[in-house]
Amino acid sequence: MNSFSYVRVRDVSSAVNEAAMDTAAKFIAGGTNLIDLMKEDVARPDRLVDINRIPLNRIEQTSDGGLRLGALVTNSDTAYNEQVEKRYPLLSRAILSGASAQLRNMATNGGNLMQRTRCYYFYDTATPCNKREPGTGCSAIDGFNRMHAVLGTSEQCIAVFPSDMCVALAALEAIVRVTGKNGDRNIPFADFHRLPGDTPQIDTNLQPDEIITSIDLPPKGFADHHAYLKVRDRHSYAFALVSVAAALEMDGNKIKEARLALGGVAHKPWRNREAEALLKGRTVTPDNFQAVAEVIMHDAKGFGDNTFKIDLAKRAIVRALKHAAQMEARS
Amino acid sequence: MKRPIEFESARRVTPSPQRTQITLNVNGSEKRLNVAPWTTLLDLLREHLDLTGTKKGCDHGQCGACTVLVDGKRINSCMTLAIMKDGSNVTTIEGLAHNGTLHPLQQAFIDCDAFQCGYCTPGQICSALGLIREGHAETPDEIRELMSGNICRCGAYPNILAAIQQTIKTTKGV
Ligand SMILES: Cc1cc2nc3c(=O)[nH]c(=O)nc-3n(C[C@H](O)[C@H](O)[C@H](O)COP(=O)(O)OP(=O)(O)OC[C@H]3O[C@@H](n4cnc5c(N)ncnc54)[C@H](O)[C@@H]3O)c2cc1C
Ligand code: SF4
Ligand code: FES
Ligand code: FES
Repeated sequence: MNSFSYVRVRDVSSAVNEAAMDTAAKFIAGGTNLIDLMKEDVARPDRLVDINRIPLNRIEQTSDGGLRLGALVTNSDTAYNEQVEKRYPLLSRAILSGASAQLRNMATNGGNLMQRTRCYYFYDTATPCNKREPGTGCSAIDGFNRMHAVLGTSEQCIAVFPSDMCVALAALEAIVRVTGKNGDRNIPFADFHRLPGDTPQIDTNLQPDEIITSIDLPPKGFADHHAYLKVRDRHSYAFALVSVAAALEMDGNKIKEARLALGGVAHKPWRNREAEALLKGRTVTPDNFQAVAEVIMHDAKGFGDNTFKIDLAKRAIVRALKHAAQMEARS
Repeated sequence: MKRPIEFESARRVTPSPQRTQITLNVNGSEKRLNVAPWTTLLDLLREHLDLTGTKKGCDHGQCGACTVLVDGKRINSCMTLAIMKDGSNVTTIEGLAHNGTLHPLQQAFIDCDAFQCGYCTPGQICSALGLIREGHAETPDEIRELMSGNICRCGAYPNILAAIQQTIKTTKGV
């Protein structure tokens, strides 16, 4: 770790001021990603702004009937929250499939959105990496790329965004509320994370002086028909190779609305509205699900070690949709 | 939407920061400590307080050997800075026995032969204590899943599971 100074803030405006004053400062919440990256010398902040004592640690109803998840609520407290379990079980499932109980007790909702890729070259400061040091090249494209992206890649970077929670938030169309020196704004979940393009060093559209204050869930929770399917190298405590969040609104055997988000395949949770629209009005049959999987993965491109993800993702999409459709409606 | 600005800026030299005084309650006794900002809770326990029961396995949140309870919740002490926990209550393996009597979980680990080399054991026991308090695990599969953050290189898993089950059965809330 490099030498850094530390400051503790108690309100949002002080946090924003600290960040605006010093572009080499970083917020620290649970610390489970940032401290790891600092130990590896990948992140080298000159100042840590500890935001843990800002009162953003509540889960409350919003006026439109949705739920507001404070940025500093832990992943555990979110997953086991009674309202989240009842109304947004897809989110609970996704969170609980990630990391370990200890890490979820530390990790915060804001930090989960901001976690960085697990690309091994990004972590290894002895290798070139455009995300870590722009312009040095991407070691993964011609290297070992089993965990890497197959959709939305660029010639600069093929990293994946590793969060499980965010795959569910993408399907639920959450809103990320942020505050910066220019005030507050709401970022639709689909616009929060970026594709790598020519600037893979930038993961999200959050500005350096902005802090996430909450993640708002719209009223619709798809509690009756949802599934989070995570495929990984071991059964627990491993990042996804491919994951699928499926949320359906059913009318008998007919699909009224479908949402699908994929993890482990791209630089952001992956959605394809055209493909989702194909399911509208369709019945629950393997053929209909397969057709959607083909559309979603149509432009996928493998890099050798990760090419298996294309077929894996198709099968995972079909299976997740099947699980979601067949769930017993809750009484 | 505004144009994204680069996050990582060039390295800057900062003067070595002052140590800061923090207060921690460790296993029931209050400690005033001078810490540098980068000292992890794990290093503080082991190097400053000589509480070497808590182990360093990976130092990256991947093994659970460093598990302790902070304000009653199990966390990885390698992934938190001591300074962030100013004012908290920390419980380590050294704090579980009372007046010479082992905690039921410690006794169960002995009864069930739930360790071989013992390196992961303090973390396993602190994690199991957190698990029991959280109250989300009853079946063997639930216990396995919610203990997956503790790796045992010796593979004592079946016996660890048995020890936790025995404790849940005999204590009903520790
Ligand atoms: C061994 C291991 C296994 C894991 N497995 C999984 C897994 O399977 N699935 C999964 O989804 N995740 C997994 N994780 C990642 C974990 O979920 C993240 O590390 C965690 O969610 C980050 O949250 P944090 O509060 O600890 O963030 P921190 O480490 O504190 O911060 C991370 C980043 O977010 C920024 N930040 C934090 N809060 C805010 C805010 N409110 N506003 C703006 N910026 C903010 C910080 O500046 C920092 O850059 C794993 C982690 C480890 C170590
Ligand atoms: S995939 Fe992205 S993060 Fe990984 S080496 Fe290439 S540029 Fe770096
Ligand atoms: S030493 Fe902390 S998790 Fe391995
Ligand atoms: S007993 Fe040896 S690592 Fe678990």
